[in-house]
Amino acid sequence: MNLKLKVWRQKNSTAQGRLVDYEARNIPEDCSFLEMLDLVNEDLLARGEEPIAFDHDCREGICGMCSLTINGVPHGPSETTTCQLYMRKFKDGQTIYIEPFRAHAFPLLRDLTVNRSAFDRIQQAGGFISAHVGAAPDGNAILVPKTEADHAMEAAACIGCGACAAACPNASAMLFVGAKVTHLGSLPQGQPERERRVLSMVQQMDKEGFGNCSNYLECEAVCPAEIPATVIGQLNRDYASALIKDSV
Amino acid sequence: MNLLLKFWRSSIGKKWLVATTGLALLGFVIAHLAGNLQMFAGAEKINAYAEFLHANQKPLWVARIGLIACFVTHIVATLTLVRLNKAARPHSYALTKSVQAKISTKTMAFSGLTVLSFVVFHLLHYTLRVTDPRFKLTSEGGLLTSTHDVYQMVIMGFQNPLISGFYVLSIGLLSLHLSHGISSVFQTFGLESKRSAKWVPAAGRLLSAAILVGYASIPLAVLLGVLK
Repeated sequence: MNLKLKVWRQKNSTAQGRLVDYEARNIPEDCSFLEMLDLVNEDLLARGEEPIAFDHDCREGICGMCSLTINGVPHGPSETTTCQLYMRKFKDGQTIYIEPFRAHAFPLLRDLTVNRSAFDRIQQAGGFISAHVGAAPDGNAILVPKTEADHAMEAAACIGCGACAAACPNASAMLFVGAKVTHLGSLPQGQPERERRVLSMVQQMDKEGFGNCSNYLECEAVCPAEIPATVIGQLNRDYASALIKDSV
Repeated sequence: MNLLLKFWRSSIGKKWLVATTGLALLGFVIAHLAGNLQMFAGAEKINAYAEFLHANQKPLWVARIGLIACFVTHIVATLTLVRLNKAARPHSYALTKSVQAKISTKTMAFSGLTVLSFVVFHLLHYTLRVTDPRFKLTSEGGLLTSTHDVYQMVIMGFQNPLISGFYVLSIGLLSLHLSHGISSVFQTFGLESKRSAKWVPAAGRLLSAAILVGYASIPLAVLLGVLK
């Protein structure tokens, strides 16, 4: 298949960027979106031009490294990561806009790559448990009801790709922070630091310059890990309760 | 006070302030509607209600000051959040596409600001009575025989199709604003579970629609001659 691409090119974080037109020719339907970009880059290299920079790593949909806003939607028109998006989702001759994840807290590095370290710093602010866990405990040493284990596991599926913040009209990271807070706050091991965790993580989230949730729910729709927006509700509740307890 | 400041300083805290004040304002919208619907019970009933409200000046002013505080906090906190949200995305996308955002969500600023302008007009119109010279006592050159003749004032006011039109349009936008706002309150308070996420937005839309029908019924009844 042949495609018309409009790709965001920008030399570095301070340079002026713009959309550049490319033709992607003879692309097999069964190649992934990233493989399509690989083919375009091979073509560019053969012509002596700079290849398009984009993020990728495992290409299995589990690492959270690939990004791209494709035709206005982070990770494009399938409910997975960009690496698991296949060209058969597009029509022959279609025009595809390829832009970076856009948020003040995700500064652009080059072309389609952005720095998502803000998520790491939020995680470092409180997204962990400090109990010494030692070797793997016996399966039933700490009893966790099945419903709560499922609830925690659902939130733990977050791969921290940043699509939630990229999709949110307010560039809010609350789905990400909500997932982390819900994951750890739903398990017994996460209880001792539950309040400190939510206060620190939200403080860091605000410091990074992410926006605020207005319940557009776009995050939930694009999340490749299918994290439900109800985790934002839990984040809101946990935060208010921790703030009140902290003040009293 | 210290706690309020802490709420004000954080992103989620401001959302709590918007939701709490929004809920209080919703309470007022419902109570005001219940009062207004007494138009259908006749002039005596609603005029007695107006007299009752004004006979209790102290509680009336406590409620008014509380409402103004909620209104101002709701608007100022929201505008602060909007400013932060704009700063959070300095470069917009060349192509944007929303996947599941609702029209009521996307128009919150427009509906909210229109309702704000309506509230200003509505207060000048029926509370301060400065926009229509007929809403003065006969001794002052107006057409009202008593300051509590709310019934006559409302009939005269809504006989103007422009005023009724703006009223119905504003209530329509208020209803749109509430259809997003009510489910948002549940989300901000963290009361939404997977099960309630299915029915809360629908219940919010139903309540908003009921508010629209209730408020719009009065100017429409006046224009159609049902109330005269």
